[in-house]
Amino acid sequence: MIGRYAVRFASLGYLAVLLVAPVGYVFWKTFQHGFGPAWDAVTTPDAVHALKVTLILTAIAVPANTIFGVLSALAIVRHRFPGAGIFNAVVDLPLALSPVVVGLALLLLYGRGGWLGGHGIAFALPGLVLATIFVSLPFVVREVVPVLREIGTEQEQAAATLGASWLQTFRRVTWPAIRWATAYGVVLTTARALGEFGAVSVISGRLTGETESMTLYVQDRYRSFDDVGAYASSVLLALLAVLTLIVMTRLRPKEETQ
Amino acid sequence: MRRISLALLTTLLLPALAAGASKDTKLTLVAYSTPKDAYGQLISAFQKTAAGNGVSFAQSYGASGEQSRAVASGLDADIVAFSLEPDITSLVQKKLVSPNWNKNPFHGMVTRSVVVFIVRDGNPKHLRTWNDLLKPGVQVITPNPFTSGGARWNVMAAYGGALRSGKTPKQAIDYLGKLWKHVISEPTSAREGLSAFLGGRGDVFLAYENEAIFAQKKNQPVQFVIPKATILIENPIAVTSTSKNKTQANAFLKFLRTTSAQRIFAQNGYRPVVKSAARGFDFPVRPQLFTIKYVGGWAKVESKFFDPRTGVMAKIQGSSGG
Amino acid sequence: MAANATALPAAAARRSLAPGLSIGLSTIYLSLIVLLPLAALSWKAHGWQAVTNPEATAALELTLGVSLLVALVNAVAGTAIAWTLVRDRFVGQGLVNALVDLPFALPTIVAGLTLLALYGPRSPVAVDVSLKRTGIVLALLFVTLPFVVRTVQPVLFELDREMEEAAASLGAGRARIFLRIILPSILPAILSGVALAFARAVGEFGSLVLISGNIPFKTEVVSLYIFGRIESGDPGGAAAASVVILGISFGVLLAIGVLRRWVTRHDR
Repeated sequence: MIGRYAVRFASLGYLAVLLVAPVGYVFWKTFQHGFGPAWDAVTTPDAVHALKVTLILTAIAVPANTIFGVLSALAIVRHRFPGAGIFNAVVDLPLALSPVVVGLALLLLYGRGGWLGGHGIAFALPGLVLATIFVSLPFVVREVVPVLREIGTEQEQAAATLGASWLQTFRRVTWPAIRWATAYGVVLTTARALGEFGAVSVISGRLTGETESMTLYVQDRYRSFDDVGAYASSVLLALLAVLTLIVMTRLRPKEETQ
Repeated sequence: MRRISLALLTTLLLPALAAGASKDTKLTLVAYSTPKDAYGQLISAFQKTAAGNGVSFAQSYGASGEQSRAVASGLDADIVAFSLEPDITSLVQKKLVSPNWNKNPFHGMVTRSVVVFIVRDGNPKHLRTWNDLLKPGVQVITPNPFTSGGARWNVMAAYGGALRSGKTPKQAIDYLGKLWKHVISEPTSAREGLSAFLGGRGDVFLAYENEAIFAQKKNQPVQFVIPKATILIENPIAVTSTSKNKTQANAFLKFLRTTSAQRIFAQNGYRPVVKSAARGFDFPVRPQLFTIKYVGGWAKVESKFFDPRTGVMAKIQGSSGG
Repeated sequence: MAANATALPAAAARRSLAPGLSIGLSTIYLSLIVLLPLAALSWKAHGWQAVTNPEATAALELTLGVSLLVALVNAVAGTAIAWTLVRDRFVGQGLVNALVDLPFALPTIVAGLTLLALYGPRSPVAVDVSLKRTGIVLALLFVTLPFVVRTVQPVLFELDREMEEAAASLGAGRARIFLRIILPSILPAILSGVALAFARAVGEFGSLVLISGNIPFKTEVVSLYIFGRIESGDPGGAAAASVVILGISFGVLLAIGVLRRWVTRHDR
């Protein structure tokens, strides 16, 4: 019995010190002087624009990676093709690669003197979009692949034998099975896209009101000794994170009962 | 896929573009980290003049070297304002800035400052001279000279300060090595260094005078000491040769050198390049002030001290750890 | 591989062009987004001095060292948390379970700022880890927290408890049951989570920017070193260091692939 409590308190204590206390403290610091100053800090034109940039990046990266994710999960699980092993490893690469390296790679490709330089991609929104897509690429694939493996091909084969086209089979048989896994992947992709910092900070050029995303704005506020601004915009991002988290926990049990 | 993304991008951007459409011209200003507040005020003032009517600005601030490199690797700028001349010279070599950029009465400069010691209130460690920094236990913060323009000024101020005290160039380099043993943190930009210092780190922060004034304005418990021998900082500004709005960009530069604009700089702690603008401000003159020419001029200094592989500072940084 | 076992018969696949299209499209997408930039990176890498100089090797050593430490702490703490979530019952368990995902959802720069606020120079609890290696470890523990928990949790949940009960009825102590019966079953999952945490720690950047102080030889990790190289106008050297990191990441991924196969084999 004592052992059980020891493990419980050690675990919860670890979470409290590492996670709950710092996050809680920043919330408290933000609203220390009421809701007003915090609200003012996140409604300045620069803050609003930074939020807009972040939302645009997310709005492009998430659908693109969702479509790619489902397609390539199907390709990996359902079809034999040469180089599938390498394909699989490359899909995972953004998970393990330092975001700074991602930013640098994009800069060397699209910056002045790069292979595809001089088309207004680096230091502009398209560059930020590419960076965001890169880092948030694996999540949908990784969630859908195990589910596809688990459900097997019997039903799909049956549908195909009955004369259903590929698209019909996908819509009626495959999609309902992978729906929740896809949704969970979308949530993870969204979280990653909203929070991307390293890759974006290399490729952005930090043009206030143009290429400054919310995470860069947090750093900018911190540098300018605007504590309220830094904390308030952090809290805004954290609230978006919490929202994502709620959706995540809602989706998890459903996924497990599939 | 990319076409879809682009279509989506355009749709999402339309409102943003529509909002900006009422202004005729947009100038992109890429500047070093510290004059952000000053340029904020100067841009508003410029927009109230006839030349600035209808001109809007996109601004980017960061470490001087980093900003120069960003412009070199493709960041589209109309105006570049850096901490030190070599950051513009490197753009001249890449044909991004005209070689004639400094052919004007101000030699291309827009503001001045000096290197100072920012210390804790009351100067508890009694730091007044460059030699005081070597007292046992004194912890120094300076930005990293390989990224920050301000840090290069710091290095040259320390080096020149040692020369002024009668040391030979070799002894002065030894002094730099000893000084670097006291350096506890090398943040990337002057602004980040100030955050670290105000956060409670170190006994002295080597910085621009304007940063010291900025910190005092923000009611931070610090004061600053101008050492007797220190360097006169001169900050350059230029219009890029890739700018599509040269007329407006040049008009902005011209505005920045008017007395009223220079007074705004002075209010933000910068020493004006237009003498009449300094009236009413207290910018102490030190007896042993020297310029970059005294330590050899930027061209010589850059390769001798700041070559990332063979320079004096690369060697000092390499040996200070371990 | 399992993919081959479940592949559609060739006849069914040939019925439509769609499968070929899905393979083609996703390969093109992957090449454009991931491979092309990485190819440019490798192509432009030059100046191996940027990898072999003392500052770079110190940064690499520090990165690998703290990442290993963080991975090991995660192995213990993550397993304990997963255990608490699966085998324990207490009020608010659902909330704790949700909290574990927070580091996945929270932007890394916010994570760094958050830790700096509580454990930085203006700490209200008088603990200052900024500009110290402790700070780096703390930030890395924060961002890697969910990995081990989330890989161990499902395995622990699925674990058949009959064996444990049998062992207990034969008089085995709790520690003995854990070491002999539970640990061998969850070990592949722990290792897989540890490898993920390690890979993440090696590349981490955002949460360290504000807290580490970027002091060469002391608190400069590889990602910050690469960032410094980019900033100081040495993209070739930055790329060279990046290629080294790329190699490490790829190696860890391959190891995880092997572990995953091991885990699935254990399941069956």
